[in-house]
Amino acid sequence: MKHWIIGLGVVASVALPACVTINIYFPAAAAEKAADKIIEEVWQLKQDQEESSSTPAETPAKPVAQ
Amino acid sequence: MTKQLMMVLFSAVLLMSSMQFVQAAADLEANTPVISAIKTSMQTRHVQLQSHYSAGAIGLTEDGMIAVKDAGAVPLSQRGALAGLVKDENADRVRLYKEIAVANGHPEWQGEIQSTFAGRWIDKAQAGWFYQRAGAWVKK
Repeated sequence: MKHWIIGLGVVASVALPACVTINIYFPAAAAEKAADKIIEEVWQLKQDQEESSSTPAETPAKPVAQ
Repeated sequence: MTKQLMMVLFSAVLLMSSMQFVQAAADLEANTPVISAIKTSMQTRHVQLQSHYSAGAIGLTEDGMIAVKDAGAVPLSQRGALAGLVKDENADRVRLYKEIAVANGHPEWQGEIQSTFAGRWIDKAQAGWFYQRAGAWVKK
């Protein structure tokens, strides 16, 4: 009885992580996301990526009527 | 006593399994210094490659690489340089796919990462650029 339980424990501790390892799928969605980001950087598809848009200091021109 | 031992063992196994799942579900790591260096190198080269894509001298292949499509589109004097650019670009691309796979602890993912990129490059290509489909060049 005792041997049987220990045996089961050993089998479980070996077999369970093995199943999980085999089941680790390729994260296709995450890979696409990473690819898009890299391609956008390499091809510089987004101009406003790194350089913060240097907005010209807006000085409201006061229309001096009269 | 043995029952307790079993419970401890079993919960340890469960914990390990769930940790692996969490790791698999997370985003892909793509920000290592090596990957950044490859990206910078490709970015610099792209400035030179851009006009060749538009001219149809080069195009995107089905396997996530680039190739000379029509060497006649560039002056004879520039053809050697173009071939060199294509060669360097493809070397960087192979390294990029490999490094992403390695950075995520799954070197065996290199092929799948490469085919993911292959589709995305073509998807993001500008209109007028050429890409390969079933071995033939197609204008986007």
